[in-house]
Amino acid sequence: MKKEILKLRGVKVHFPVQAGVFNRVVGHVLAVDGVDLDIFRGEVLGLAGESGCGKTTLGKAILRLVEPTDGEVKYISQDDDETELTSLEKKDMDPFRKKLQIVFQDPHSSLNPSFTIFGSLQDPLKKFGIKSKEERRKIIGDLLEAVNMRREYMDRYPHEFSGGQRQRIGIVRALCLEPELIVCDEAVSALDVSIQAQVLKLLMQLKKEKNLTYLFITHDLSVTEYLCDRIAVMYLGRIVELCDSEDLYNNTLHPYSEALISAIPVADLDKQTKRIVLEGDVPSPVNPPKGCPFHPRCPKATDICKTEVPTLKKYSTNGNEHYASCHLIDLPEIS
Amino acid sequence: MEDKNNIALSVRDLKTFFYTNNRCNKAVNGVSFDVEKGKTLCIVGESGCGKSVTAATIMQLLPTLSRIEEGEIKFQKDNKIINIEKLEKNGKEMREIRGSDIAMIFQDPMTALNPVYTVGFQISENLKYHTNLNKKEIREKCISLLNDMGIPLPEKRVDEYPHSYSGGMRQRAMIAMAMACNPKILIADEPTTALDVTIQAQIFELMDKLKKENDTAIILITHDMGVVAELADNVAVMYMGNIVEAGTADDVLRRPTHPYTKALLESVPVLGRGKNQDINPIKGSTPDPYNRPIGCQFAPRCNWQTESCDVMPEITQINETHQVRCHKYEQFFEKYK
Repeated sequence: MKKEILKLRGVKVHFPVQAGVFNRVVGHVLAVDGVDLDIFRGEVLGLAGESGCGKTTLGKAILRLVEPTDGEVKYISQDDDETELTSLEKKDMDPFRKKLQIVFQDPHSSLNPSFTIFGSLQDPLKKFGIKSKEERRKIIGDLLEAVNMRREYMDRYPHEFSGGQRQRIGIVRALCLEPELIVCDEAVSALDVSIQAQVLKLLMQLKKEKNLTYLFITHDLSVTEYLCDRIAVMYLGRIVELCDSEDLYNNTLHPYSEALISAIPVADLDKQTKRIVLEGDVPSPVNPPKGCPFHPRCPKATDICKTEVPTLKKYSTNGNEHYASCHLIDLPEIS
Repeated sequence: MEDKNNIALSVRDLKTFFYTNNRCNKAVNGVSFDVEKGKTLCIVGESGCGKSVTAATIMQLLPTLSRIEEGEIKFQKDNKIINIEKLEKNGKEMREIRGSDIAMIFQDPMTALNPVYTVGFQISENLKYHTNLNKKEIREKCISLLNDMGIPLPEKRVDEYPHSYSGGMRQRAMIAMAMACNPKILIADEPTTALDVTIQAQIFELMDKLKKENDTAIILITHDMGVVAELADNVAVMYMGNIVEAGTADDVLRRPTHPYTKALLESVPVLGRGKNQDINPIKGSTPDPYNRPIGCQFAPRCNWQTESCDVMPEITQINETHQVRCHKYEQFFEKYK
């Protein structure tokens, strides 16, 4: 039986746009605009989409690194206790910070250059009650070895490491409090291909050993296919398709996912397909189009798409649950 | 290669070194390739392998601490052969070639455009120096170029500043700038790395069209094997300043004979192969350019390393188009045939 670890209901993050002498609020960037999502224990959930679609903001909103404007984020512990995270006081949030961790995108800017690795990594351990220095050194040393780095590296400074090594240090930081869920925000995007594969393998191995759940945020659909159990595709702050990773490639329902998949260059001469080229750019999230947010670029758009906003409906492909939000899907809806 | 007249640019044994702090970085260390008219040559490699420096060398856009040490860059212009490496960097002849005969698209459209001039002005600069058109004609040409690139309302957009363009539109404006004088060679240095896949698809369509319509030779620099599979006619794989394998896209992608090419292809997940595909990371990381391995540069990371790899392997011609720089290529090829 699959058990949820996080339940998101109607999560919205709106950033005010200010202008003029008095910084009046003239509008809102609808970065995340109503997301419902369940994350199950032990799965890898991919969150894919183009830049500006709100995937990073959603990841941060889960950890309350940005405050959601509206909606609920519920954490369900192993003993089925539900806690609503968004209404907690800052200090009551602490025990949950231990369970939810994040690996940031850019390994060059996410480590403080004036501290040694140990100096940076010991802070969370100190905060969560590991008083003796020897013990902290032992924990960090063990984890460094777990990510194939040498124990002695903890006394070096970030500039002494390459990009791939720094990203592994970022993973150690996320791991040192023994979290249950790690949000990987474009964790491999800044790395060279040969290094990317090393980090991907490492993430998979750690997941098995430590029973982790990942929310894997990326724009690269070939990586999500390899790594993820389920994939959510986002467009302009909303989830447009959510299904098993294999179904996303074999039984694509939403025209946006279809275009996205066809646009990815495939490193295999036998698998070349016709690109579906979308017109124009992603519309501004300050002023999203009326109706389906994708309709101005959609090759299949009809009149109904221009007026009515589609909701995320449940379908079934290959016997699996498959959610999509499009008016033009020909499958029977499941309740 | 076959027909001499088909070759737009020919590079032989090019060496470009950087000198800093009394140390020498052999960024490009003996590179040879030909670019054919109307064909795309993809140069693939990881960061730091010298692919961008090769491009900068051809354009003579190298920084002051570096110089072309050896080699030839032969460019065919009006049935005359010009040796680019002998021209003065800012001399009249080089300035005539740069921008008109050989044009370049840079990696980051956000920083490559000047924010204080309108896009139209920046495109027309090229036309002003390289053609005899008058002001009005230049403006018309600018508008038609933007139109060709698929920018909506070009009459209005031509007077706008780069900040009001989106990333994809800026890159298209960059391509318009590069294509203004119908160059014979277009060098694109990671033109889509900073862009989203849907915008990348738009740019690729455009480059394909240019190649077919104008017979432009394209040198495309990338790190993405997927891009290579989609666009390339010929491929050169670079590692630490050398071309380790070169040939047609078919040769290199279907029958890789260098362990590095094979490893690169195996290290990326391929879309459509599902969850059970096996990806194999390359062990270690690229060596420090100031502290290079002796002999074959890839040897410390290679599973096929033997004692003979302490000597730099020579280029071996496997067939007419396919060449490789490896001691063990025969055994390697046998195993993976």
